[in-house]
Amino acid sequence: MADQAFPIPGSLDATPSHGAALLEWLHSWVVTVDHKKLGILYIVYALFFLLVGGAEALAIRIQLVIPNNHFVSPELYNELFTMHGTTMVFLVGMPILFGFANYLVPLMIGARDMAFPRLNAFGFWMTAFGGLFLYFSFIGGFGLYGMGSAPDVGWFAYVPLTAQAFSPGHNTDYWALALIVSGFGTLGTAINIVATIISMRCRGMTLLRMPLFAWLMLVVSGLTLITITPLTAAQIMLLIDRYLGGHFFDTQAGGSAVVWIHFFWIFGHPEVYVLVLPAFAIANEIIPTFSRKAIFGYPAMVAASVGIAFVSVSVWAHHMFTVGMTSVSNAFFVLSTMMVGIPTGIKIFNWIATMWGGKIRFATPMLFCTAFVFQFLIAGLTGIMLSVAPLDWQLHNSYFVIAHFHYVLVGAIVFCIFAAIYYWYPKATGRVLSEKLGKWHFWLFFIGFHLTFDTMHFVGSLGMPRSIYTYEADRGWSVLNFWISMGGLIQAIAVLSFTWNLIDSYLHGKEAGNDPWDAWTLEWSTPSPPPAYNFAEDPVVRSRRPLWDLKHPQDPDWKYER
Amino acid sequence: MSTIPIFVDENWRLPSRGRVGMFSLIIGESAIFTIFVVAYVYYIGRSTYGPTPQILSIPIFNTICLLSSSLTIWMAEHAIARGRIRIFGAWWALTMTLGIVFLAGTAKEWARLIGHEGLTIQTNLFGTTFYSLVGLHATHVVVGLIMLSLVMLFTLLGRVGQRHAERIQVLSLYWHFVDAVWVVVFTVVYLLGR
Repeated sequence: MADQAFPIPGSLDATPSHGAALLEWLHSWVVTVDHKKLGILYIVYALFFLLVGGAEALAIRIQLVIPNNHFVSPELYNELFTMHGTTMVFLVGMPILFGFANYLVPLMIGARDMAFPRLNAFGFWMTAFGGLFLYFSFIGGFGLYGMGSAPDVGWFAYVPLTAQAFSPGHNTDYWALALIVSGFGTLGTAINIVATIISMRCRGMTLLRMPLFAWLMLVVSGLTLITITPLTAAQIMLLIDRYLGGHFFDTQAGGSAVVWIHFFWIFGHPEVYVLVLPAFAIANEIIPTFSRKAIFGYPAMVAASVGIAFVSVSVWAHHMFTVGMTSVSNAFFVLSTMMVGIPTGIKIFNWIATMWGGKIRFATPMLFCTAFVFQFLIAGLTGIMLSVAPLDWQLHNSYFVIAHFHYVLVGAIVFCIFAAIYYWYPKATGRVLSEKLGKWHFWLFFIGFHLTFDTMHFVGSLGMPRSIYTYEADRGWSVLNFWISMGGLIQAIAVLSFTWNLIDSYLHGKEAGNDPWDAWTLEWSTPSPPPAYNFAEDPVVRSRRPLWDLKHPQDPDWKYER
Repeated sequence: MSTIPIFVDENWRLPSRGRVGMFSLIIGESAIFTIFVVAYVYYIGRSTYGPTPQILSIPIFNTICLLSSSLTIWMAEHAIARGRIRIFGAWWALTMTLGIVFLAGTAKEWARLIGHEGLTIQTNLFGTTFYSLVGLHATHVVVGLIMLSLVMLFTLLGRVGQRHAERIQVLSLYWHFVDAVWVVVFTVVYLLGR
């Protein structure tokens, strides 16, 4: 009878009230150490900030839609572009990559969880705290213009602008501290992914039988280890300068502002590859599945990924051609930057060769990935243009540069993120996203993207500099800017239709089953959504496409692979 | 199919996740130290005023203490791998003592620099780079000592056994790393930079 007087929560015969059930559900998400739940938390967190950063971009575009506009104040404009950049790189790009890695890597390599589940939860909550901390500056930050100032020094926070004398108050410190905090979370998660991939693979999953997704995540996480830490170190130096009266970047005391620029880009350039390699990882899974062919040139893909990681740490100063380096340094960074074109070229050829002769199904994920291949090609070509120092002297800090890196960040990374969500949403939720809305999303976003970022190349070539608050009507930039903003609007509509698709298909979507795409990697052998333990029995793998072997016992891959 | 033997499965061994994780952490930490060391080296002799590195004296005793603590922790690792917990505890305590002596030596050095030479982190560029690099290393020693003392506490409570040998080895990796970094810091700050 004591049982009835004190019902045990969660026991079979106790029916908790709605409020209690909701509380318990929330509690289960907060205390979870399950890699799938943490992965979803990462992705939801990143999608939330994608909307926030997108709204900031829209505000910037409304400000620039006509000459001499005053939609926002100049002070707020500085905060908007700083926060847009910081948000998209640190609160969208990194978390979403770790979200997919978290969710998929253990499933793909046949493990039951990550190597360090609690470190995983620690990483997420540090990242989450960092993001909220950064955005709290809109309320609690004190800057040059009083209370409620977000960081307004650009996402690269160049000194001497960030020195205490020129950025009084503490809104710049919100930037530094928030990124240090989320940086520790990132470091923890990167360690976790490396340890998981090296130490937790199921029987028979040798390194050269791993799905390319896992390979790329191994490379990305290794690169993250040596990428995010220099930023942390440089930010600690900045805080020492600002709070303890240090002189690292204080020119009068013999310090050097250029050193900050070097340190920032020693982080900043490999960071681009930390963001784009997961996009490659996604394309490496989706393109073969929808071309009905195994990936072309698996070893070359692995080698190219490792090659990109290696080359990427020696190209940072191509952001600094206008700083005034010696001719020898300029030449070195020109050549090393051009070298990146070789491994990335290998990848593009391999993707096309995978599609070549395949029986392609243009479902929404494949549409996004196909667009990705060609957009990434253009992004790479403008990258090679910008790597030529004399041309860079002309185009530096113009909208041409903005167009180039948004072609990478949106045209490659965001497109692949959308592809990944369409592809793995059925696995995570058990429901397929609506194809009809997906097609709408793709075409609207595709048109909006090209309208915005193709046009930006022209306005950049006409000399419009980045980060400017407004411009005069007689510069000849007005019509182009109008269309750039219209493209932004179309992208916003596309993202809204996507958001609606996410919610609507969750409630009314078609049942997915275990394997809606007839794919070949291990995650599709589990139920959708997978149980907490992933695999009832530890899988044994004998080739790169374990599910192909299972589905085609008369013609398995392991007969041919060496 | 069942006639085909699966060779790889029979001895499917993967590296220990603890070790891989600690090595990854060490790679990340090395990058942080690299940035601070590069800053120190780049700024040698660039201070426009104030004390110069000539005021430093070489901390030989300190260095001997810290480097020999790598040896003692290695002895401790061996002891626990063979299940000799009391000997392990003794070597572990000796390691901690050497670490504390090192920190005390650093404190004494800093007290002299601040009190007699008037060098603080604000004084000039040399002060900034010196205190931040040596301080970053000292911070790592402190973190190491906290972890060592946790293990010491559990050892004294009798909770540490042979089964923890691998974890102890993983933790020792961190301590070896802190010692190896000191070799770099010592070389850069006290030998090359002086």
